[in-house]
Amino acid sequence: MTDLVWHEHTTLPRDTGLVVLPGGFSYGDYLRCGAIAAKSPIIDAVIKHASSGLPVLGICNGFQILTEIGLLPGALLANTSLDFICDFCHVRVEREDTPFTGHYRKGEVLRIPIAHYEGRFYLPEEQLRALEEEGLVVFRYCSPEGVTGEDFTPNGSPNGIAGIINRKGNVLGMMPHPERATESLLGSSDGAPLWASVNSWIRGRLGV
Amino acid sequence: MTFLARILVFPREGVLDTQGKAVEKSLNRIGFGSVREVRVGKYIQVLLEADSEADAAAAAESMCGELLVNDLIEDHTVQVGPWKP
Repeated sequence: MTDLVWHEHTTLPRDTGLVVLPGGFSYGDYLRCGAIAAKSPIIDAVIKHASSGLPVLGICNGFQILTEIGLLPGALLANTSLDFICDFCHVRVEREDTPFTGHYRKGEVLRIPIAHYEGRFYLPEEQLRALEEEGLVVFRYCSPEGVTGEDFTPNGSPNGIAGIINRKGNVLGMMPHPERATESLLGSSDGAPLWASVNSWIRGRLGV
Repeated sequence: MTFLARILVFPREGVLDTQGKAVEKSLNRIGFGSVREVRVGKYIQVLLEADSEADAAAAAESMCGELLVNDLIEDHTVQVGPWKP
């Protein structure tokens, strides 16, 4: 069951399993993308949910909000091309041991859309290296064959970073939209296993 | 008393400022060959009540820390003075 929660609310529905911060342009991207939404009344409840170990997923603007909250490191800056990019792209699954990716295989290539102006992940060099060493990159832009590199990174993100997870492994932020790739009618169903993964994970955890 | 805080926010050194780069190229193209670098930031003006200029400055700094500036990617300066309508 899915409930929509208004940003001015201060509590999540009882027994919430997954919290999704969806894409969009909260507050018109004023100030910095995600900055004002990160101060919404509901955010304390989201932080509490995350600290209890339950999954939180931020997609696109939701990813930007998670970095502004501080639940994920880094920031998202304007694409190198200064273009709003709305297109299908390919990402490689770098980890299959997270609540969100259990139904994928490591190395699997997904065809999934992006739609953003600010998707270039940023962390100072040293912290970026640490992020990589700790294996916190979950999705990386790549060619249809799974080759990574600048040529296959639409927004200029370093190391082709498309999605990252926190150390605890329960907060994922990603620029691509898995919810827009859930059946072939939409052009791809490669996003569907993400929802199935998190569903299985929550059922396992809650024993239902 | 009412004070005026003028807050300048600009991309940190080392953060690729795509907007600045685009403006820089354009300035070069239209004949301003002397332009070496452009960085684009933003100006935020806050009118606030405080007991003293120091209090106003401290409040403005807190605003920067909590919302107006993201230290990871931005630097800022704050100037505070009495507000004259």
